[in-house]
Amino acid sequence: MSPIVKKVTQLVSGIIFLYGIYIILHGHLTPGGGFAGGAILAGSFILLVLAFGSDVLRLRTKEEGSSLTESLAILAFVLMATMAMLLGTKIFFSNFLPKGHIGELISAGVIPLYNIAVGIEVAAALFTIFLALVIYKEEITK
Amino acid sequence: MIVYILCFILFLVGLFGILTSRNIIKIVIGLSFMEFSVYLFLVLIGYIDNGQAPILSDNIAAAKYVDPLPQAMVLTAIVIGLATKAMLLTMAIRIYKKFNTFDIRKVTSLKG
Amino acid sequence: MDKFIPLFVILPLIAAFLIPVFGRFLKAFNKTITLLVFLTLLILSLFYLFAGSQASFVYHIGGWKPVNGVPIAICFLLDPFSGFMLIIINMMAFLSTLYSVSYMTRYTGENYYYTLFAIMVAGLNGVVITGDLFNLYVFLEVTVIASYALVAFGTEKEELEASFKYQVLGGMATALILFSIGMIYWYTKTLNIFDISAILKDSSDYKLIEFTQLMLIAGFGLKAAIMPFHGWLPDAHSSAPSPISAMLSGVVIKAAGLYVIFRLFFNMFEISYVIGIIITVIGTLSMVVGVFLAIGQWDLKRLLAYHSISQMGYVILGVGMGMLILSRNGSEALAALAITGGLFHLINHAVFKGLLFLNAGSIEYRLNTRDLKHMGGLSASMPLTYSTSLGASMAISGIPPFNGFFSKLIIIVAAIQARYYVLALLAVVVSIITLASFLKFQRYAFYNTKVEHEKKKYRDVPFVMILSMVIMALLCLGLSLLIIPDVRDNVLQPAVDVLMRKNDYFINILNM
Repeated sequence: MSPIVKKVTQLVSGIIFLYGIYIILHGHLTPGGGFAGGAILAGSFILLVLAFGSDVLRLRTKEEGSSLTESLAILAFVLMATMAMLLGTKIFFSNFLPKGHIGELISAGVIPLYNIAVGIEVAAALFTIFLALVIYKEEITK
Repeated sequence: MIVYILCFILFLVGLFGILTSRNIIKIVIGLSFMEFSVYLFLVLIGYIDNGQAPILSDNIAAAKYVDPLPQAMVLTAIVIGLATKAMLLTMAIRIYKKFNTFDIRKVTSLKG
Repeated sequence: MDKFIPLFVILPLIAAFLIPVFGRFLKAFNKTITLLVFLTLLILSLFYLFAGSQASFVYHIGGWKPVNGVPIAICFLLDPFSGFMLIIINMMAFLSTLYSVSYMTRYTGENYYYTLFAIMVAGLNGVVITGDLFNLYVFLEVTVIASYALVAFGTEKEELEASFKYQVLGGMATALILFSIGMIYWYTKTLNIFDISAILKDSSDYKLIEFTQLMLIAGFGLKAAIMPFHGWLPDAHSSAPSPISAMLSGVVIKAAGLYVIFRLFFNMFEISYVIGIIITVIGTLSMVVGVFLAIGQWDLKRLLAYHSISQMGYVILGVGMGMLILSRNGSEALAALAITGGLFHLINHAVFKGLLFLNAGSIEYRLNTRDLKHMGGLSASMPLTYSTSLGASMAISGIPPFNGFFSKLIIIVAAIQARYYVLALLAVVVSIITLASFLKFQRYAFYNTKVEHEKKKYRDVPFVMILSMVIMALLCLGLSLLIIPDVRDNVLQPAVDVLMRKNDYFINILNM
């Protein structure tokens, strides 16, 4: 890609990343949430790969990392869902945190935590899908 | 009523695409059309004229809300659709690698 | 018992995502944890069966109890019918995993295999225990996406083509199912199956409901591969790795297709004569056409796959006849007999078809071919594979004292008593053709001694593969015990009661 594209991508992708984090953290207050924010996060990564390009070997290591992140995020999600069961209430997907006031950032019990786990998971999954498709394509052209 | 008919026409367009096109990628696109028409239908059944976004707050107590459940269903279905489309496209690339073509008529290793 | 219900979904999911994390450092972690999890779940489901009461348990997720009798959250439901399916699923999952321990050394990427397997089982358990229509759809998709990937696991030409076909047809089925769920929600404004059934009981809009029912039959019929929708099954089931074929044929088409059809059409909708006729006719069609398509096959696994269509026809025929008798206000005992036959054949088919696919896998493991013409004389070199497959072949073609005989007998007796003489005759004829087809399999695979001299060098397969096959063969014999009235009353009868007596049954559920 041309230097202009590279420079602009460098400037923009950080802002996109921040915006994704904003969407994830405000998932319980505004439209959006884990999935939408995670997709935006993945978009910032994908933009970087598209602009700067990369050889297949480096993409493979990246793919391993992102699929590991994905598994860890799902495990975190399941852990939160079963946390109440482990704490002794025997209810799956139970809320074990105080609810707080409507409209504040730290409120709604465990929902923000679920959103964070889902956001990381979706970002990692979309990035993994993208990398897998790119790697397959590179394998064909070789 | 007209929107439901348009929605159904979109469904038929997708079906037509699956049945007639020979390119694997176009079949995937036809499948997406079918699913999108169903999503549209799900959103439509929750819609109320002049309804508001279903966000609970203290100011408007007796507001007319649109039904939030179909929206949640559509979001879930979109996520699932994403997974199936990713699988299908991965499969399409793999098929291209093995058969060197996207033409479904030439992908015939199975018979009987 | 009720606090254990979500474990059926949670444990396989945790196992599935622990494998990619720890599987890369610890060598046998993937096999060990999947086996442990499936064994635990099998023990849990057997515990439910033998704990005596066979009561129904409702589990409200998130602790959201119904308000004024209106359910507001997703609920899980464990009743005898779900419990019956859970035993089939977890038993077959455990035995297939045991078989995979040796078999999957042929492939690379074992971690992915066990991950996908565990996800598939989580989805299947979820389909069976959920009481919410949309949640059922989600679990169904979890199951089928994992099975798409597992069918294509070998990534050769055939696997990819079969998986692509499976995915396109599965995607269409998904669209139909989602559409009909939307229709039901539009009409009833609820997604809870019991709530829907309470509302549909007083409804009068038959046209809309019948349209939805047809859409549902088309959608789940595609997933269950019953006759007009069977195109993907022979390709997908014959191309997958053998333990996966055993799971797909033995469990997935039953839990994701037939279970849902039975559950929805008996327990959610009112039983209607039209639907009874449609279900019986497609059952008979798939029974007859499946076996005729199977006769000409020389590819072993493809032959078995066509027989799956045919044997599922028996199950649908039995249950469909029960629905017909009920809708015409016939005798309840007769309807119960027909449904018992159907469900009995369901568990029998899971065991013997799973075993036959594992046998085919063993032959493929040693000979690297699925073509019957290239086998022969294996009875001497692979004695245990031979004897177990002989048992399974006799079970599937209905020879006493194997389990297949008794379930087919019940279905045929029920058909005669209900004066459906044509159906009884067809069931007998199909059974005879099945026998012919399996005689061909036995003769070409194990006896045909002309080519024996070059087959001496093969040994029997490794121990764990033998172990799981022998367990299944013993189950083929042992399940015949279900014909004894006392055993049947404890195992099959509660499941049949769930299907037949929804009215006195579901009122309790809504109030729990």
